[in-house]
Amino acid sequence: MATRQQALSTTAPLALNAAGRDQTTRRSRGWRRFRRYRPGLVGLAFIGLLLLVAIFAPLIAPYSPTEVATRLRGDPPSAAYVLGNDAVGRDILSRLIYGTRVALMVGLGATAIAVTIGVTVGATAGYFGGWVDAALSRLVDTLMAFPTLALLITLAAVLGPSLITVIVAIGTTVWASYARVVRADMLSLRERDYVLAARAAGARDGRIIFGHMLPNVLGPIVVLGSLSVGSIIILESALSFLGLGIQPPNPSWGGMLSDGRAYIRQFPHIAVAPGVLITVTVLAFNLIGDGLRDALDPRQRE
Amino acid sequence: MLRYVALRLLQGILVIFLVSVATFVIMHLAPGNPVDIMVGEAQVTQEQIDAIMRKWGFDRPLHEQYLTWLSNIVRGDFGQSVIRTGTPVSQMLQEAAPATVQLNILALSLAVMIAIPAGIFAATKRNSPFDFATMIGSTLGVALPNYWVGLMLIILFSLNLGWLPPFGATTWQGYVLPVAVLALGEMAVLARMSRGATMEVLNQDYVTTARAKGLTGRAVLVRHVVRNALLPVVTMLGYRLAFVLSGTIVVETIFAWPGIGRLFIDSVYRLDYQVVQAIVLVLSTLVVVGNLLTDLTYAYIDPRIRIR
Repeated sequence: MATRQQALSTTAPLALNAAGRDQTTRRSRGWRRFRRYRPGLVGLAFIGLLLLVAIFAPLIAPYSPTEVATRLRGDPPSAAYVLGNDAVGRDILSRLIYGTRVALMVGLGATAIAVTIGVTVGATAGYFGGWVDAALSRLVDTLMAFPTLALLITLAAVLGPSLITVIVAIGTTVWASYARVVRADMLSLRERDYVLAARAAGARDGRIIFGHMLPNVLGPIVVLGSLSVGSIIILESALSFLGLGIQPPNPSWGGMLSDGRAYIRQFPHIAVAPGVLITVTVLAFNLIGDGLRDALDPRQRE
Repeated sequence: MLRYVALRLLQGILVIFLVSVATFVIMHLAPGNPVDIMVGEAQVTQEQIDAIMRKWGFDRPLHEQYLTWLSNIVRGDFGQSVIRTGTPVSQMLQEAAPATVQLNILALSLAVMIAIPAGIFAATKRNSPFDFATMIGSTLGVALPNYWVGLMLIILFSLNLGWLPPFGATTWQGYVLPVAVLALGEMAVLARMSRGATMEVLNQDYVTTARAKGLTGRAVLVRHVVRNALLPVVTMLGYRLAFVLSGTIVVETIFAWPGIGRLFIDSVYRLDYQVVQAIVLVLSTLVVVGNLLTDLTYAYIDPRIRIR
């Protein structure tokens, strides 16, 4: 199965006209395969919903996420305040709704940064080989040696915590795995006939890398990317939980958990809902990733 | 093999060196100078500030500060904590290390003992209720943030039921929650990995051969499947070190565990450069050494790795 597909994909670009059609059929075949994995569809639907919530937060949220109502301090869930109030009387549901923005911005933003850096580094190392590869590979090794959270905490503390810091710090910290995957694939693609043909035709390195080779590595990158959004959301909430991410009074799920921890004895309900939402969101992204892996990455299929 | 060992060793040393440079540079990106942070609100004279500058070498160029720092570290001297009135960093590390080592060994053993058998069993009973339960459990386990699990367990077992203390490492009951929380995340990963590895082995020709020559299911499983499936799983454990250490930081913070993780967070809050630097360096070095040992073990067991 896998070998047949590879044979197909290497011969297809020869027929110039067929190339475009081949791409669209491959895409729709991917979607058909993805659709077959039910949990992936559920995950996709949930993330779609979450995106809408994030965009229309001001319309959906019943109250202001930052308005303090001292008389409602730590009130448990009620008809008016469905998830209750936090330790200074803010509506927990409204804060969760606004927190969606932070989670998605960090999850998607940091992934975009990581993919860009990782793919560039990996492609460069794998394509050029030799000392370029050796140097970049040691750089990747170095990054991978740091326990991610320790590095992030240090960066956040040193640079001063803020939304931008969190996105950039996470993005520049977690790209190593993309680099490794892309490098390995590029090393093997480098020897393919169509690359030799492109080189013989006088194509520049950049064109060969981006135009001819990278499209063949996209599948695993998309899979890895969708799987890493979830872990990035966990990292962000861990940072905010430790007080080194999004700063109060701005609502973030991790920050809300931090409040929940501070008042765990008096108002234990504060810590429940944000954790459930983080878990479900991460789960949804992981399920999408599993579905994409089934659809796009024939090597990984069980 | 010798060539491979030498090459990997050299690479490892190079990476540790790069890690130390990176750590040093990151810590010096901080705005404000360490003397101000150290002095804080106290009233001090210019002479006192100058003395501190000279004592800690803050007045010298960066690369000299780095070389001094590095040469001290190589001799096992991590300097003194500026903030905590000159306590040697190495002493703080030594005091905190046992608690972290204990916590992690207990959690990892627990995870290994539960997750690996569960994963193997799930693979042999594919699509059974047990397999589904294992997969759902591990899928959920990967998505659960460990600090939230910690909070929920504290609410349930400490505050509502009153069975276990919410923090502290003084009694055996105090170990239960932190060990469980730290083990949970690893369990999810391990179960999934050992299930996958077992299924891969089950598809191999030699398993079919073993079955065909009339071995019982149990004999095939023990002699052929488990031994071959365990190899990638056990070696993978070595590569998990970086993740486990990330987990320990959060778990120790939640449960006020007197280990390296909490010392790290404390020092970050106080901007205690020397301690943060030392801990990041020690943890990363551990990861490099762990990965190196794993690579070498793997190459020793499986000769295909050596030929590159």
